[in-house]
Amino acid sequence: MNDLYLIAHIAGRVVAIESVEVESVVDMGEVTPIPLSPDHVIGLATLRSRVVTVIDTTAALTGAPSAGQPRRAIVSVIDGHHYAFAVDALEDVAAFTSHPLDGGEDDGPWSLAARGVIERDGEPVLIVALSPLVSNLSAASVD
Amino acid sequence: MDDLLEEFIAETRETAEALAGEIVAWESAPHDRARLDAIFRFVHTVKGSCGFLDLPRLERLAHAAEDALAQVRSGERQPNPALVSAVLAIVDRIGEIVDAIEGGVSLGDGGEELLIAALAPGADMGDALVAQPATTSVTRVASRSVRLGVDLLDRMMSGMSDMVLARNELARRLRTTAADPAIEASLERLSATIADMRETVTRTRMQRIDSLFSALPRVVRDTATSLNKQVALTIEGADVELDREMIELMRDPLVHMIRNAIDHGIEGPLDRRAAGKPEQGRLTVAARQSGNQIVIEIADDGRGIDVSRVIAKLVAGGRDERTLLALGEREKLGLIFEPGLTTKDAASAISGRGVGMDVVREAISQIGGRIALENEPGRGLRITIHVPLTLSIISTIIVSAAGQSFAIPRGVIDEIVSTGADSIRLDRLGERDVATIRGRRLPLIELGGVLKLSSDVREGKRKLVIVDIGAGSFVLGVDDVLDTEELVIKPAAPIVMATGVYAGQTLPDSGRPMLLIDCAGVAACAGLRFQREAVVEEDAVAIEEAPGMPVLMFLDLDGASRAVPLSIVDRIEPAELSQMQWSGGRMRLTVEESLIPLAMIGEAPTGDFAILRLRDGMGEVAYAIAEPRDIVTVSPELAPPVAPGPVAGVALVEGQPVELLDAHWLFAKHLDGIAADRRPLCLLAGDNADWMSMFLAPMLRAAGYRVTHAPAPGEVADVLIRLGGGSDVEAANDTIPVVRLAADPGSAERDGSVYRYDRAGVLAAIGACTGVWA
Repeated sequence: MNDLYLIAHIAGRVVAIESVEVESVVDMGEVTPIPLSPDHVIGLATLRSRVVTVIDTTAALTGAPSAGQPRRAIVSVIDGHHYAFAVDALEDVAAFTSHPLDGGEDDGPWSLAARGVIERDGEPVLIVALSPLVSNLSAASVD
Repeated sequence: MDDLLEEFIAETRETAEALAGEIVAWESAPHDRARLDAIFRFVHTVKGSCGFLDLPRLERLAHAAEDALAQVRSGERQPNPALVSAVLAIVDRIGEIVDAIEGGVSLGDGGEELLIAALAPGADMGDALVAQPATTSVTRVASRSVRLGVDLLDRMMSGMSDMVLARNELARRLRTTAADPAIEASLERLSATIADMRETVTRTRMQRIDSLFSALPRVVRDTATSLNKQVALTIEGADVELDREMIELMRDPLVHMIRNAIDHGIEGPLDRRAAGKPEQGRLTVAARQSGNQIVIEIADDGRGIDVSRVIAKLVAGGRDERTLLALGEREKLGLIFEPGLTTKDAASAISGRGVGMDVVREAISQIGGRIALENEPGRGLRITIHVPLTLSIISTIIVSAAGQSFAIPRGVIDEIVSTGADSIRLDRLGERDVATIRGRRLPLIELGGVLKLSSDVREGKRKLVIVDIGAGSFVLGVDDVLDTEELVIKPAAPIVMATGVYAGQTLPDSGRPMLLIDCAGVAACAGLRFQREAVVEEDAVAIEEAPGMPVLMFLDLDGASRAVPLSIVDRIEPAELSQMQWSGGRMRLTVEESLIPLAMIGEAPTGDFAILRLRDGMGEVAYAIAEPRDIVTVSPELAPPVAPGPVAGVALVEGQPVELLDAHWLFAKHLDGIAADRRPLCLLAGDNADWMSMFLAPMLRAAGYRVTHAPAPGEVADVLIRLGGGSDVEAANDTIPVVRLAADPGSAERDGSVYRYDRAGVLAAIGACTGVWA
């Protein structure tokens, strides 16, 4: 099956994100912190007069907060709320064929978000769903 | 015209127009069920609304059509062209009557009986045709309202926010470049337009809850009459504003609860007399804003809920009696929300139709609200519904804590005071901080501390926000109070709401997102549990021992210790010089975008001061003071004052004389519209008397001055206004100030007078002469 995927860099890895999950791709401006919110929630930002909740994808997946201000983000609407998922870098959108993820089952944070694999220039790239990242996967898997 | 009626007309007309096509299509395919259903729904809705709005003619027509269509729907009758024509004629007729109602014209009976008769099986369609020509004479009135989808309003709103942000961006950029005054003026105008526009757009979503309540008297009357009961309805707080959508969603549950209260709660006159109550039952529906929520209360003085009957009913329905009896009181009361429950043994026409409290609760929880019951068997039931303010516009105060701004709903704030005033003490009792403010001891929570933003640094002047969350009051310590703003609050993402301290998020004018603090959540987060509020003991004793009048003591601007009856003090607020202005011929204070008269004794303040906002139930006067001191009780017997004036008398407080302000005198002197003779008097002189009286005098009167050409004997003008040059021979007795106006801008520049069409300049010059404030 050929679908469109957005290639992004998250937590130092290359991942593919299903384009249906992507509302837009934005440059991040100033982020207002949310006191008492979980570590992987960076804060609130304004994108075209809409308030979005900014998620630190690196922290959600690895438990280690990413350093510095987020610069690029993928905006996605989940259950009626707008989220901006901060990413290291963004590449292109292209059509790929997805393959199921084979191999051992585990419940690490990456596996919880993984939805399959695509092959790009002979290199396998993990398909990552954004919606699970709203909750802190790295914390969930430890429990 | 009544809002409800207007809405009905708009809706009916709109549907009728859409339906005309459906009916014709139905005629060609009489067995098309969907079309039949659409037409049926229309007449059914019209019938329902007409019963409600008391429009018997329409109701009769709709009812007849509904009956005929119901027969078709149930298969008792086959649709034929005669029936279709008859229904079409009725729908047309409904449209005409609606037009007539809107236009306020009367419409002849026009053979409606014939139209109805034509619906009968086997009726000759000629009857209907005869009836039709009589109906074409109505002139249609252009409608002054349109119906809009809330979606469209939402988009308008978000476009509006975009516009504000773009304006801010533009302003920021202009500030960094050398500003051209012309561009700045344009920006000013743009800003003013946008502000106006924003208010209008915001208002489109808001509706006074009145529109929900206005139908209730009728509902109560009809329900009570049909049950042979007497009920007096009291409605309070109809001016509370709520999101339109919310109002729509509240409509059915509210009507249902009102009917329940009358049917199940309030007893018949005989039972009431037997129970020692007045024959007429009392039903109160009240709305108020409480913090982040709108609270709607429905209270009756009926028999309350008989919990044992509820349980008996449920047991009869197959529930386990022992489990139910083992429940706590609150849970037992909650059983009335069980699906399908009715405590009436016989279903009446009003309630007991299977739509129970479960449906009501479901509807309310769908809009994020909750419902609570307070039952007093034999004495009444009070239903309290809390609906969130999210989506609503709320008035907020913006505070800062550890460098970050937060919004706090204005509704929960009792008062804001600065630390450092004499009447405020901060102490640490055990693990807790407490603030004692004018004898009121309250727990103190540092906002920055609760949010883990800062350690408890309390240096410099800080602000204390006294918050009342219903269960109790506490003091929220913040670094500063920045602003007040009306904000649209949206729910934040679940992961943000889960922190429990926020009520939502918002986008203020700055364009930076801001969080709205949920004060009850903050109190819970800080581990605060409310008991009865502690009143500092000395005061408690004083209050108990001395029956008398509670007064607020304060230090006045002139250094005297004065007091004012506590009952007329609405609130005490800090004020700034910039809020004071001389306008309309008197000193006024800008508060929340309105001007209230400002009274004071002594010199006008030169630095920050405090104001007492005094209310007599209708009007409001602000009184400037140096600082509030204490609340004490004084004997109502006062030493009388020497002369009528601002002081009503002298009371003794702890052996010291304290002047008590005369509330009557204050309001009589300062409330707008009463003290006309206190307005400054302008004497118009010089040549060009016509211009003076035609052009200048109206403007001066509008600005709150009195104007004369010749002062009455004994009257002394406050300012002399003269047009044109010439020597000031007659004003040589320079006891009153003179404002000279110049006929053209050139000579104004030359001799230092004011150009006569420079409105602001003229008013400023006159203000400088008559007022304390230039």
